[in-house]
Amino acid sequence: MKIYLLRRILAVIPVMIIVATLAFVLIHLAPGDPASVIAGPYAAPDDVAKLRRQLGLDEPLPMQLVHWYGRLLMGNLGDSIFLRRPVTEAVLERLEPTLLLTMWGTLIAVLIGVPAGIVSARYHNSAVDQSLMGLALVGLSIPNFLLGLLMILVFGVWLGWLPVAGYVPLDEGVWRNARSLLMPSISLGLVQSALIARITRSSMLDVLREQFIVSGRAKGLDERTVVYKHALKNAIIPTLTVIGITFALLVGGAVVIETVFNIPGLGRLIISAVLRRDYPVIQGVVLLIAVTYTVINLLVDLAYLVIDPRIRYQ
Amino acid sequence: MSSALGAVGGRVALEGAASSERGRWLRLLFRRKIALVGAILVAANVAIAVLAPAIGRWDPQLLDVKSRLAPPSATHWFGTDDVGRDVWSRVIYGARLSMIVGGSVVLFSFVAGIVFGLLGGYYRRFDNALMRVMDGIMAFPGIILAIAMMASLGPSVINVVVALGIVYVPRVARIVRGSVLVIRETPYVEAALALGVRDVAVLWKHILPNCLSPVIVQGTFIFAAAVLGEAALSFLGVGVPPQIPSWGNVLAEGRLYLQQAPWLTLFPGAAIMACILGLNLFGDGLRDLLDPKLRGVQGAAREN
Repeated sequence: MKIYLLRRILAVIPVMIIVATLAFVLIHLAPGDPASVIAGPYAAPDDVAKLRRQLGLDEPLPMQLVHWYGRLLMGNLGDSIFLRRPVTEAVLERLEPTLLLTMWGTLIAVLIGVPAGIVSARYHNSAVDQSLMGLALVGLSIPNFLLGLLMILVFGVWLGWLPVAGYVPLDEGVWRNARSLLMPSISLGLVQSALIARITRSSMLDVLREQFIVSGRAKGLDERTVVYKHALKNAIIPTLTVIGITFALLVGGAVVIETVFNIPGLGRLIISAVLRRDYPVIQGVVLLIAVTYTVINLLVDLAYLVIDPRIRYQ
Repeated sequence: MSSALGAVGGRVALEGAASSERGRWLRLLFRRKIALVGAILVAANVAIAVLAPAIGRWDPQLLDVKSRLAPPSATHWFGTDDVGRDVWSRVIYGARLSMIVGGSVVLFSFVAGIVFGLLGGYYRRFDNALMRVMDGIMAFPGIILAIAMMASLGPSVINVVVALGIVYVPRVARIVRGSVLVIRETPYVEAALALGVRDVAVLWKHILPNCLSPVIVQGTFIFAAAVLGEAALSFLGVGVPPQIPSWGNVLAEGRLYLQQAPWLTLFPGAAIMACILGLNLFGDGLRDLLDPKLRGVQGAAREN
């Protein structure tokens, strides 16, 4: 088990190196000289040259890459061209809303998706199952940003129950913060709950067909114990994978949702950076998110060890 | 004789397990019917996309500032946007753009993904390096990677296709590689190699056709994800240029005028939902038909 643990943790290293390399490549993806692309078509040649020096683009490519790795190891993401301050600072400042939004979204997705999947599997092929799965299919077909727009229209504009947009930071009160994130988190989580419901249902159905379920029923256990104690425990593993992926996917979704609701998070940061071609910021945000994604996947894998003794004793 | 016996035995077994079997077949039938609905929705979308110039009524880029933000009426079925462009035409042409982007992204990710998958699965020396790069690409949430690439590539339809295509290459490559690893050990591949058939011919004629069906199923989901991806990128202002009619572009304008002109959000929104729902239903049905092993397992790609 220790070997497995070590192998799994070490396997993250090459992925991280490739992720860092890909983030480096991003800036060189544009045809021609990145410095003049960043400076825009109307920049003076002097400014372009200055920018090139500032970004280290005047060095040969392999040296640039070595410096890039070196800086990353020190936790230095460089300076924003437009904001004129370290990228790490700008990113950390924008982290709170995105993180909270993603967490609320995941919570909503799990709280709706898992019970819906269990009920669907328990009453397999019943009207409840059919309608829940029908709903899930419709849910999978709504882009989260569209759901957000529709919610603003109904609850913000027509009914006037909730603020149309905007964000209240956490230190201005937990309640007001949660209220400002309510609609964004629902539009983010609800769509994802459809996916979780489908996975939970199908893995529950698989487990319910197994021999130990049959023998459980044969020895007279009531259906409740069979479903919630014996089946659920075994069915939760694929669901757990999806919950891990959900958190990561929702980071991506949050980026889009932030634009819908005017929330000053990482999403707004990267979009404005794209529009200004502020590459260090783009690279920083992308790297941070990819690293988070990889770490979460690692944690999910490690959680298997805790949950499933079959993996632990292999 | 034996076949007749088999048939009788089969019927007995069928009647014996009637209750559970009937449920399963009913479900399959139900799903097929649903898949049919999906196919109809997809076909309708394609038809609208092809016929866009004929049913568009207005030039989707024609400005008419005097009748800006006009509500739906007999002249402008879906109303007009903030510079007086006809929303019906923009939604119709948006369907066209979505189909073009979806189709091209599938093509792009199929060609690259199949080549990488075949190389990685067949020539083991490429495998490690190739698959690590694919892992690296997959370590980014798709929409984030696409946004970042759009920064360098610049807003255009082709660049949206390239950015989204690159996002989905690893997904195709992984599936193909998985199948190739199994197929290359089969006797018929061994036999072909023993007969002196060249590697390229073995890959093309014997291995490729046998690993296509899961990829084709995945293709419908990539198509759906690409349509969603384009809409999201354009909505964020980093996708196709704003004057080109696209669902995401109309929704981006709609966000600014949600209060005065909800039709800018409702109509393209309904179009996206119908399109994605159709693709998901069709994909589910296709998977049931092509790959019974995966029956009931969910695979719809959601990348934003």
